[in-house]
Amino acid sequence: MANAKHKKMTPAMIAYEQVAKRREPGRPVLRNTVLAFLIGGGICLIGQFVEQFYITVFHMTRAAAANPTVATLIFFSALLTGLGLYDRLAQWGGAGTSVPVTGFSNAVTSAAIEHRSEGLIAGTSSNMFKIAGPVIVFGVVAAFAVALVRILIFK
Amino acid sequence: MLQGRRTWRFENSPRIISVGTAVGPKEGKGPLGDSFDVVHGDIRLGQNSWENAERVLMEEAGDRALQKKGLVKEQVEFYIAGDLMNQVITSSFAARTFAAPYLGIYGACSTSMEGLALAALLVNSQSAELVLTGTASHNAAAERLYRYPTEYGAQKPPTAQWTVTGAGAALVGRDGEGPKITAATIGRIIDMGVKDPFNMGAAMAPAAFDTIEAHLRDLNVETDYYDIIATGDLGRLGSDILRDLWQKHGVRVAAGQHQDCGVLIYGDDPSVFSGGSGAACSAVVTYGHLLARLAAGEWNRILIVATGALLSTLSYQQGESIPCIAHAVAIERA
Repeated sequence: MANAKHKKMTPAMIAYEQVAKRREPGRPVLRNTVLAFLIGGGICLIGQFVEQFYITVFHMTRAAAANPTVATLIFFSALLTGLGLYDRLAQWGGAGTSVPVTGFSNAVTSAAIEHRSEGLIAGTSSNMFKIAGPVIVFGVVAAFAVALVRILIFK
Repeated sequence: MLQGRRTWRFENSPRIISVGTAVGPKEGKGPLGDSFDVVHGDIRLGQNSWENAERVLMEEAGDRALQKKGLVKEQVEFYIAGDLMNQVITSSFAARTFAAPYLGIYGACSTSMEGLALAALLVNSQSAELVLTGTASHNAAAERLYRYPTEYGAQKPPTAQWTVTGAGAALVGRDGEGPKITAATIGRIIDMGVKDPFNMGAAMAPAAFDTIEAHLRDLNVETDYYDIIATGDLGRLGSDILRDLWQKHGVRVAAGQHQDCGVLIYGDDPSVFSGGSGAACSAVVTYGHLLARLAAGEWNRILIVATGALLSTLSYQQGESIPCIAHAVAIERA
């Protein structure tokens, strides 16, 4: 891998890479991981409370409470995005804010807001899946593959 | 007059007769906040798009430069401007307002000194008597064009930089008071193979090194000829690398002699990561802050080296490295 990367580089470039690397502050991986765990876990915990709320107050089954729970999280994530707060939380939370459904909501909402200046059709609607689109594409492909495996093995 | 390989020496000493700067709220709150002519409290400037906000900044910077000398836009003979937007729209729309003969340029964050060098060249060669040059950038407009939607939650690495919201303009003329532009060195593309668009400092440092070396060689002077050498937007990381490169090649630069506009503009603010960047960074710091200190007599000669990363969103997505450039302009106290 390292050699393949270096194939197109001149000796001067490789030497410079070493000079630059020495000064480069590393990503705080441990801190990022801990924060991602805490903030991501916190979001999931909130989701758990919301689910319990629907089960207790509206007497839903756990399965029936899943959809309104997701919708609630999506709504509040979109609201926080619109208020300009979600991206600040994300600088702390990292993967903890992008992996849960709230991250998906943020990806769609932020793109939708951003492109409002180009109009509702050419702007908002054609750009709102600009970042979230790959998630849908790979989600559908993965679901298809898993379903195929399941049919082949269990039928 | 060409001296050496790529340095213009301006024997008729064109002058920066006036400057104008306009910035956003974050820059206004920074350590140089008092240096700027206009500080906006709202990053949107009451406009309906980030691009329009950037254009307003560009126009304000030019207007302020004219107003300070009681000049009107009809007296501007040429307008040389550039910015970070696709097809340099900010400059072209501002040029529509100024209605002067217009040259649109693109040098990414090196645009400020590219414009100033060309303006000085026009005036020095008696092709013009009054040239307005300027550049602008806007944090949100740049974020959405080069990175992600502004409200998208992407975690940035510590090597990232913060695009300055602002605009700086300079009026270059033949007569009058104001600092003299004595020389300019045009950069060549230096590409050391850095591909990470979140590490512009490391990508651009070699370009700054190359241009400064060429400038000193062409003029046959040492680094101590200048009171300060100010790079455009290398940030903390790029500045450290540049000093390493100087040390490695035996170039002596005294402590404090090298300054970086990207470090000066936000100070130690941790939210900007490695420092400021963007076309406006070197423009507002040079025109708003450094020239004021020059005029106050703190320095006699300064060299401004604006650095630019000439990548596009397409080029880095296609895995290309980042071609970088630096243009240097030498300015002396009148």
